[in-house]
Amino acid sequence: MKATRIRAVRTRGGLSLRVDARACTVVVLLVLAALAASVALIGTGDFPISAADVLRTLTGDGTRIQEYIVRDLRLPRVLVGLLVGAALGLGGALFQSISRNPLGSPDVLGLGQGATAGALVVIVLFSGSATAVTLGALAGGLVTGFAIYLLAWKRGVHGYRLVLVGIGVSAIVTAVNGYLLTKADIVDAARAVVWMTGSLNGRDWTQVWPLLVLCAVLVPLVLVNARRLLMTEMGDDLSYALGVRVERVRMVLMVSAVLLTSGATAAVGPVGFVALTAPQLARRLTRSPGPNLVPAMCMGATLLIVADLVSQRAFGADQLPVGVVTGVIGGAYLLWLLVTERRAGRI
Amino acid sequence: MNRLSAENVTLAYDQRVIAERLSVEIPDNSFTVIVGPNACGKSTLLRALSRMLRPNEGRVLLDGQVIQSMPAKKVARTLGLLPQSSIAPDGITVGDLVGRGRYPHQGLLRQWSAEDERIVRESMARTGVGDLAERYVDELSGGQRQRVWIAMALAQQTPLLLLDEPTTYLDIQHQIDVLDLCADLHEQGRTLVAVLHDLNHAARYATHLVALREGRVVAEGAPKEIVTAELVEEVFGLRCQVIDDPETGTPLVVPAARGARARLAAERTEHVEGDRAAGTAEVAESSATGAS
Repeated sequence: MKATRIRAVRTRGGLSLRVDARACTVVVLLVLAALAASVALIGTGDFPISAADVLRTLTGDGTRIQEYIVRDLRLPRVLVGLLVGAALGLGGALFQSISRNPLGSPDVLGLGQGATAGALVVIVLFSGSATAVTLGALAGGLVTGFAIYLLAWKRGVHGYRLVLVGIGVSAIVTAVNGYLLTKADIVDAARAVVWMTGSLNGRDWTQVWPLLVLCAVLVPLVLVNARRLLMTEMGDDLSYALGVRVERVRMVLMVSAVLLTSGATAAVGPVGFVALTAPQLARRLTRSPGPNLVPAMCMGATLLIVADLVSQRAFGADQLPVGVVTGVIGGAYLLWLLVTERRAGRI
Repeated sequence: MNRLSAENVTLAYDQRVIAERLSVEIPDNSFTVIVGPNACGKSTLLRALSRMLRPNEGRVLLDGQVIQSMPAKKVARTLGLLPQSSIAPDGITVGDLVGRGRYPHQGLLRQWSAEDERIVRESMARTGVGDLAERYVDELSGGQRQRVWIAMALAQQTPLLLLDEPTTYLDIQHQIDVLDLCADLHEQGRTLVAVLHDLNHAARYATHLVALREGRVVAEGAPKEIVTAELVEEVFGLRCQVIDDPETGTPLVVPAARGARARLAAERTEHVEGDRAAGTAEVAESSATGAS
């Protein structure tokens, strides 16, 4: 009998890599689901395209009109959706692990509200361009994240203090947002409200590239620190005793998480519930303890794309912003899971 | 020179100073036990020795180097710590928790070697938790859980192991169990440092005893040589007899009966008016008589 459940692939050279078969299966299935939903989403709209045609067009064999619709209009939108979902899923998993609390997600901590405040300032006070709004939102998210870190920092950020400070900051920022909205004229207010729901409508390649760069830098950085993050769940003393520089790891990962969620929010607006539910859903599927970073990331991407697909199919193209659907689907699924687990006596 | 020592350390939490210019040497290959009354700074000293607390002044040396300046993983391969209360992550199995003790020996491309597997199995066998490998840590009893934590610290394979009150919250059988395990580990060549509350356990198991009071070392040495009624009185403020443990011959502290202590308290009040020094001498004398 093996002593542990840990499985590893080993080479003769002394290299060994851990593998968790169940987690790998979950990741593969989620990626397949996300890709299938993406193809279906590209085919959806006022000009429907069959899945076969979508694939043909993506490999470069489509008609000219299909090329235009797929490559210039719908592909970037789908890519933004995938990247934003992945960033939110990963950011949420990081925050929940650092705060050791499922409620310690960016939605609850007020990062979304912070980004919204940044965007509202640009929209209402300056009537700025779309790019300016994005930058404003990014700045708003970063400032909020920094403020939470400063306020909650006392010999290490953790647990309830982070969540409570986050809730406090969130309440203040929400009040500021309300004030900004009442000051806005009707055109700006309408624009602000659309932004605040979180939507993939009209996203193009100019949103894809910055997100792609952000993820390309941060995802590897986060994954290199994944084992250390896992160790910090043993408590500060024990993980330090085992050789983890707890504060440094937490700092790097917290900054990464703030950047990921702020970047995602800046690109599409505050899409609710993905960062909160994706890590929880992923964890229940893999059934393994720890932050489950990669499964959470894949779950976030899948969740967002499926939500957008549902909204496009059920309500017609560009009618219902994806943020509404993620809230409904994510919330309902989480409740269902909690109820079934409660029945099974696991919680 | 010993591998682990604290030199003139001043230890404080924020502004509250616990110990000033405290120096302690941990003799190599000893089973050192730190004793003292509540709030004397014994856990604080252990935290400093294990680099959990950075001294405001002075330094803690491990193998001749200032411990804070060494790479975290390198220290973790030399010195293990079992904190007073450890919380297992949710939903973790015994085997996986013990496996986490291998972290300082692992890297990005060396995540779980055959050796890790073997050492984890051995550590669990040695602490008697081999059969619990698949169980969840939250399901275990207090005694089992403490063994699992010790197994984790063992898997770390450090020549030095520091334990902060490893027997607290355990019943007497499990306390002795854990202490026997510590004695085994010591006999196998490890240097152990433990903070213990029970003076009799300390006297029975320690090869080297450090008695602290108000952040100062009152006495240190082999229990047989230093544990006397005077010392107990000085360190804990408790009048007692020290007799030979009928089982092991080590010092056994027997607190004086309630009436005797009440009389002592009365004597003391009288002495407050007289010469203080004379009073202490008399008390010391009377307890020395009691011990013989």
